Amino acid sequence: MRTVDRALALGLTAGEFELICEKLDREPNEVELAVFSLMWSEHCAYKHSKKLLRQLPTSGPRLALGPGENAGAVTVGDGHVIAFKVESHNHPSAVEPFQGAATGVGGILRDIFAIGARPIAILDSLRFGEPSSPRTRYLLDHAVAGIGHYGNSIGVPTIGGEVYFEGPYEQNCLVNAMAVGIAREDGLIRSAAAGVGNALILFGASTGRDGIGGASVLASAELGEQDAAKRPTVQVGDPFAEKKLLECSLELLDRGLLVALQDLGAAGLSSSSAEMASKGEVGLDIDVSLVPLREAGMAPWEIMISESQERMLCVASPERVAEVLEVCAKWEVGGTVIGSVITERVLRVLAGDEVVGEMPVEALVDDCPLYDLVVEKPAAGLYPAPVAVLDHDVSDPRAILLALLASPNIASRLPLFEQYDCIVQSRTVRRPEQADAAVLALPGGGAIAVSIDGSGRRVACDPYTGAVEAVLECAANLACTGAEPLGLTNCLNFGNPEKPHIAWQLTEAIRGLADACRALDVPVVGGNVSLYNESGGGPIYPTPVVGMVGELPSAARAGRAGFARAGDAVAFAGPFAPRLAGSELSKLRGEALAEGLEPVDIAALRAAQEAIRDAVRAGSLSSAHDVAEGGFLVAVAESCLAGNIGVSLELGPNDELERSLFGEAPGAGFVVSGPRETLDSLAQHVALDVLGTVGGDVLDVTAGDEVHITATLAELQAAHGALAALFP
Amino acid sequence: MRFGVIRFPGSCDETDAVQACERVPGCSATLLWHGDADLHGVEAVVVPGGFSYGDYLRVGAIARFSPVMESVIRFSREGGLVLGICNGFQVLCEAGLLPGALLPNTGLRFLCRQIDVEVVRASMPFTADCAAGERLSIPVKHTTGRFYAPPDELQSLHAHGQIVLKYAGGHNPNGSLHDIAGVRNEAGNVLGLMPHPEHAVDPLCGSADGLKIFLSMAHAHG
Repeated sequence: MRTVDRALALGLTAGEFELICEKLDREPNEVELAVFSLMWSEHCAYKHSKKLLRQLPTSGPRLALGPGENAGAVTVGDGHVIAFKVESHNHPSAVEPFQGAATGVGGILRDIFAIGARPIAILDSLRFGEPSSPRTRYLLDHAVAGIGHYGNSIGVPTIGGEVYFEGPYEQNCLVNAMAVGIAREDGLIRSAAAGVGNALILFGASTGRDGIGGASVLASAELGEQDAAKRPTVQVGDPFAEKKLLECSLELLDRGLLVALQDLGAAGLSSSSAEMASKGEVGLDIDVSLVPLREAGMAPWEIMISESQERMLCVASPERVAEVLEVCAKWEVGGTVIGSVITERVLRVLAGDEVVGEMPVEALVDDCPLYDLVVEKPAAGLYPAPVAVLDHDVSDPRAILLALLASPNIASRLPLFEQYDCIVQSRTVRRPEQADAAVLALPGGGAIAVSIDGSGRRVACDPYTGAVEAVLECAANLACTGAEPLGLTNCLNFGNPEKPHIAWQLTEAIRGLADACRALDVPVVGGNVSLYNESGGGPIYPTPVVGMVGELPSAARAGRAGFARAGDAVAFAGPFAPRLAGSELSKLRGEALAEGLEPVDIAALRAAQEAIRDAVRAGSLSSAHDVAEGGFLVAVAESCLAGNIGVSLELGPNDELERSLFGEAPGAGFVVSGPRETLDSLAQHVALDVLGTVGGDVLDVTAGDEVHITATLAELQAAHGALAALFP
Repeated sequence: MRFGVIRFPGSCDETDAVQACERVPGCSATLLWHGDADLHGVEAVVVPGGFSYGDYLRVGAIARFSPVMESVIRFSREGGLVLGICNGFQVLCEAGLLPGALLPNTGLRFLCRQIDVEVVRASMPFTADCAAGERLSIPVKHTTGRFYAPPDELQSLHAHGQIVLKYAGGHNPNGSLHDIAGVRNEAGNVLGLMPHPEHAVDPLCGSADGLKIFLSMAHAHG
C-alpha cells in the first residue's frame, strides 16, 4: 500500500498528508504516520473547532489555570484552588458502554490529578434514546454500571449529573464525565517538560494493544454499521490501578520530586510527550524498547499510540529518579525511565539504538491545519418530531402534571444516583436531589456548589438561545444553593462539522456560550469538543454540556430544593416568561421542534439569580428550586417530593393556564419558601408573588373558581419514580 | 485512645475513618500501612471501607493475608478492639474473626442510601452510648453486603447476643438474613458492620448518629 493510502485509511486527508511530507521534508515512516494521524485527528487537534473556541472568554479574577493545561482551576480563598474539567467518551460508550463510561471517568480523573489536585467529585452528563428501546436500556444500564464501577472503586464521590432521553441519541449516546479536584494553589504542577538531561519517566500500568487508534478511527468519525468491529479500539479500565496511580502521583508531588506531570489519554504516549515538549519548548527522546509491555512483539508505532489506561508521564531531574521510583514501588506502581529531555525540538522515537521516528514537535502540536467551517442555516428542521406519548386531548392539568413527572427526562434520577457513592471523602453537604446543585464543604467552613446541564432539544430548536439557556440554567442551579459562579467548563457534542448545517449549529452555540459567559462574568477554564456524533439515523441533537463551579461562604447555609417546614409561605420569583415551544410537554405531545426560542434577557436573569443567591446565603429561606423542564407546577411538585411535605397554592384566574403551569424559560423562575417576612423582603429585589403555604401531604393548587388540582404525595412519588423500572 | 486505621491499596474510606475517630474527645488516629506488620501501639483498630487490592477476587480475600492483618488477628485474640466497616467487615469475615459471610446484594447492584439501623444490643464496647432499640441514621454503600450464615450459626449468633445492629423495618438494602447489619465475635471485642458510621459523624453531611459507635469504643477503653 502506498503511504498516502495508509494515511487516508488512518483518517488524514490527502492535503494533510502532503503537509506532513513538507514538514518532514520526506514521506513519514510507519511510526511517524501513526503518530501524525493521531496528533492531527479532530479529537487531538480540534481542527474544526479551535477557531470558534477563541470567542470564549477565558480570563477572570478568580482564574488560577486556564485552557491549555490538563484541567482548569479557580481560586476559592484560603490558598486553595478548585480544578475541574468535563470530557466526552461518547463513541467508546456507544460501542462498549461499560468500559467506555468507566474509562471516561478514569480519563477525566487523571486530568485532575495530573495538575496536582486531589479529585473530590465526579458528575456525569448522559444522553440516550427513548427508554422504550432495548438498545437504550442496555446502554443506560451498562454506562451507569461503568461509571459506578470506576468512581466507587477509586473513592471519588459521584455527586450529581443529568440524563436525558431523546430519539436522536438512539445510536450515538453521549457520556460526558466531569471531575472536580482540590489543591493548594502553590501545589499545582504544569505539564511543560523542562531541563535538558532530565529523565522522562513512564509510570502506572503496562502498555498493551488496547485502544489503538481510539482517538482517530473511533472518536473522529461517524458511527456506522461496522462499529462492533471497533471494540478493540475501546480501552479497558482498572480503577484499582488508577487508585494507586492517583495516590502515587500526589505523593510524588507532595515530596516535590517532579518537574512536570502529564497523563496519558487519547493518542497515549505520542500526545502526552508531544504536549509536554511543546509546552516546555524542548524535545524528547523516547526509547520504546524500555516501555513495559503487556504482550511481546508490539511494534514501535503500536507502543507510541496505545491508549492503555492508568498511565502517567513525568519529568524529574536525574538525582531525583531513584526517589521517584521508590515512591512508585511503595504504591506498587510500575515506574520506568523511558527517555530524556533534549534541546533539539523534536520527538525522537528510538527502539534501542535505532531511531525509528523523528518529528518536529511544532509540526505535531501546532501545525495541523485549522479549518474554517462552511456554515449554512438549514432551510427546514433537521429532526423528526418526537413520538407522541400524551394525547393532545389531555388538557386536565393534574393528568399533565403526573405525565410530566413520569417523563424519563423529569422523573427522579435516584435510581441512577443510588448506584454511585456520593459521600466518600466526607465533604458532601448536599447529595443528589437534595438541592439544585451538589454542595461540597471546603476546609474552613466555606463550600463549593457544582452543577452540569444542557438540553440538546432546546439547542436543536435554537442553537444560540439554547446554549445561552444552558449557561443560565446552570447558574440558576448554583444560585439556589447560595453559590456564585466562578468558572465554567464545557463539552461540545455535535455532529459532523464538515456538513454546513452542523457547522451552523456549532457556530451559533459557541456564540451563545460566549455571550452568556461574558454577561455573567464567568470564564471558561477548559473543556472538550466531541464531533462526528452521527450515525445512520442522522446527527444527535447539538448538545453543549455546561459544567459550572460556584462558591458559597457557608456550607451550613447551603440551600435546599425541598419544602422544609409546615406553615412556610411559598412564592414564585423571577422574570419568568414561559413558552410551551421547546418544552417537555410539547415533546410528550409529539409536536415538531420549534424553530427558534424566545430571546433571553441575560442581564435580567442574572439580577434575579443574584437576588435568590443572596437570600439563600442570608440563611432565611427554607428552600429554593429553579424552574426547569416541565415548568412551574413540576418545580412545585419537586419541592414537595424533596421535602416530603405538601403545599397549598392559590394562583388566581388565568387565561393561559397551560403555558403558566407547564411552559418553560430555563434559569428564569424560582419556587422559594420561608417565613412570610423573608419573602416580602426578597420581593424588594426580584419580581415575586406569594402564592400559598407549605403543609399537609397533598399538592393542592387552585386557579380561579374553575381549576382545582390535587395530588397526594404518594401519587406524585409514584409518577416520579418511573425510572426505577429501568433498573430491575 | 489511639485508633489505628488500616490503609490497603484500594481503601477508600480510611481518611474518613481517621477524621471520625478524631472527632471523639481525647482520641487520635493514625493510618497503618498494609505492608507494615507493626501496629505502632494503637489501642483500637479500624478496618475501613473501600476495595482492598481492587477486590477483583472475592471481596476481602486478599487483604486478609496482608502483613498488617496478621498482626490485627493477633491483636484481636489478645482482646484488642477491632471495628470492621463495609469492606473491613468483609475482610474480618475472610480472616475468620467474625462469623458468617457477605454475599452480593439481592439487587446485584451497588447501592448508596441513607438508612435506619436499629441497635439490638446497647452494651460495651461498641454500642454502650446507644439505647437498645435506638434507630441510627447511617448510610450504606456496597455491592456485596448481604449477610449470610447457616441456620445453626444464625441461631448461635442470636443465642450469644452477637447481633449488635440490624436494619430497621423496610430498610434492609441488600437482603441480609434476619436484617442483620452488624455482628460481633463471641468474645465481644470485634465488630463488623456494613453501614458506614464514619460517614455519619457530622449533621452538616446528613447525620451524626454514627459517632456513637466511636464514642462507645473510647468509653469502653476508659
